[in-house]
Amino acid sequence: MRRFALSALAALAFGLTATTPNAAEGPALPKEHWPFAGVFGTFDRGALNRGFQVHKEVCSACHSLSLIYYRHLAGIGLTAEEIRAIAAEKEVTDGPNDEGDMFKRPGRPSDRYVAPFANENASRSANNGAYPPDLSLMIKARKGGPDYLYAILTGYKDAPADVRIMDGMHYNEFFPGHQIAMPMPLSEGGVTFADGTAATVGAMARDVTTFLAWTAEPEMEQRKQLGVKVVLFLIVFSGLTYAVKRKVWADLHA
Amino acid sequence: MNAPEWKNPVVRWIDFRLPIFSFVYHELGVYPAPRNLNYFWTFGSLAGIVLVIMLASGIVLAFNYTPHATMAFDSVERIMRDVNWGWLLRYIHMNGGSAFFIVVYIHMFRGLYYGSYKYPREILWFLGVIILLLMMATAFMGYVLPWGQMSFWGATVITNLFSAFPLVGESIVTWLWGGYSVDNPTLNRFFALHYLLAFVIVGAAAVHLWALHVQKSNNPMGIDTKGPQDTVPFHPYMTVKDLFSLSVFLTVFSMFVFFAPNFFGEPDNYIPANPLVTPPHIVPEWYFLPYYAILRSIPDKLIGVLAMFGSIFVLFLLPWLDTSRVRSGTFRPAYKKLFWVFVVDCIVLGYVGANPPEGYFLILGRLATIYYFFHFIILLPLLGWFERPLPLPTSISQPVLGGRTAATARHMEKA
Repeated sequence: MRRFALSALAALAFGLTATTPNAAEGPALPKEHWPFAGVFGTFDRGALNRGFQVHKEVCSACHSLSLIYYRHLAGIGLTAEEIRAIAAEKEVTDGPNDEGDMFKRPGRPSDRYVAPFANENASRSANNGAYPPDLSLMIKARKGGPDYLYAILTGYKDAPADVRIMDGMHYNEFFPGHQIAMPMPLSEGGVTFADGTAATVGAMARDVTTFLAWTAEPEMEQRKQLGVKVVLFLIVFSGLTYAVKRKVWADLHA
Repeated sequence: MNAPEWKNPVVRWIDFRLPIFSFVYHELGVYPAPRNLNYFWTFGSLAGIVLVIMLASGIVLAFNYTPHATMAFDSVERIMRDVNWGWLLRYIHMNGGSAFFIVVYIHMFRGLYYGSYKYPREILWFLGVIILLLMMATAFMGYVLPWGQMSFWGATVITNLFSAFPLVGESIVTWLWGGYSVDNPTLNRFFALHYLLAFVIVGAAAVHLWALHVQKSNNPMGIDTKGPQDTVPFHPYMTVKDLFSLSVFLTVFSMFVFFAPNFFGEPDNYIPANPLVTPPHIVPEWYFLPYYAILRSIPDKLIGVLAMFGSIFVLFLLPWLDTSRVRSGTFRPAYKKLFWVFVVDCIVLGYVGANPPEGYFLILGRLATIYYFFHFIILLPLLGWFERPLPLPTSISQPVLGGRTAATARHMEKA
């Protein structure tokens, strides 16, 4: 019986690992250390703020962030005042007004992030036919998550001699097929951080990856903190129910 | 065993008109369970509880979900971001699907090992297979609802299977889709059917329990209970055992929900459905992978589809394919080994299903598919003739207690 139980567990574990799909495309992603990974992981506030800045000054020129509303930025520690100011920098089309006309007004915290282009066609026409994907869920939507994003951002290289790069494309070690339409987005010193952090490509890539990990899973810290309590409770509860079970069955096992 | 005289006058008044208290007393209180049931027997009640968890979380999710091709994806993300505890509800429901299949597969393999499908529990077994089919349909349609890339392309691939049938195939597919491709009408009907089928499962589970309570539980020895010395009342013995099992299950389940909620998922399903872009690998959820492997290991589409459905329908024939009169694998030396070979075969099929059908995987998939049917159609009928089972114990209480001891006597006085 015990062997049956053990083998069943082993079979189950094997089944689970066996079904995780193999990521056979491209070179293996370098494993970065992310403070938000793991059971007790939290987002580094400094990295979130710097990442927000990188996104604002670099990524948002081409990529939308459609699942985020300005009010959500409270989640990375911005004050209501700061959020109002950030939203107001953008123009939002609203209406119709009483005369039936659409009008422009400054953005409000209750608005969705304003996309850089009106629609996919406008986006493609401005980007050499390529469509910069929405970044809200990027970390959850790619195998490797934050490691993948970091690898792409830092993976620009000169193409090997035997690779012909198509017009308007760029060589990236980690992009499937190695040819990516996006030119290298981050350059040394491209952003000036208020906290004095040196804006190296690596640092900016880490920070913006952290920010996008937050846009993908804004609930993550709350989820993990609740999870620790729930699991601890259930472990104690399992112990108690096991003790009760032993007691109830005691007179049968004499 | 008669119900006790109810002392509370309200209870007595109700019970006289609708014997609901007596019913609970009989079916959950004194219902005799074999005293030697092991922990694999707790997976039945676990499955029932997971079903309740799925209904509870699913109904609240439906409050906030919009079944429309242009809004479904965003409405799910709104649940994740703006609905109070929405992320918890969705992750419970999402991982609950996988948990349901894990629990039910263990429940079924237990039935296979201990011969729980044999006389007189054939109908109980059929009802279980029907529940599995309903679960598969429900899970498939539920996976389509977030309207991500895998939702869309999974729906396209699976519904297209029906086009394999000659003459009527194409019409069936158009009819299923409600149009000429997977689109808004498909999403709408899948939502309606997903919601409906959940309650059909509840009905089927109720009938499954009814059949169980007529012939009562099988047990690890696979021999009939002979009297009160072989059984214990369901409450408190089985209730407390099931409760312990439930708390261990919830602990493991919570680890997935809170710390690895997307473990069973595909990253591609966080990309909104796009009919113009096909993902490089379209893979179903893990619980469909063995069937997917059977489907793809056969070069002819129609035969592949039939083999895939056949892999489930063969379970309906199982009570007659297994010719051995001994139920439990414990007393069947050869079957015991072949059972594990079969388990490994199912895992190999799942592994193959997760990989592209090329080279090594194609050959492995074909061998595993052949063995799957060989096990049921050739091995089991022959085994009943050639296998020499071990001598069966005369009763359940005898080997457990080594004859009638003081403890049995004590227990019997209590009962």
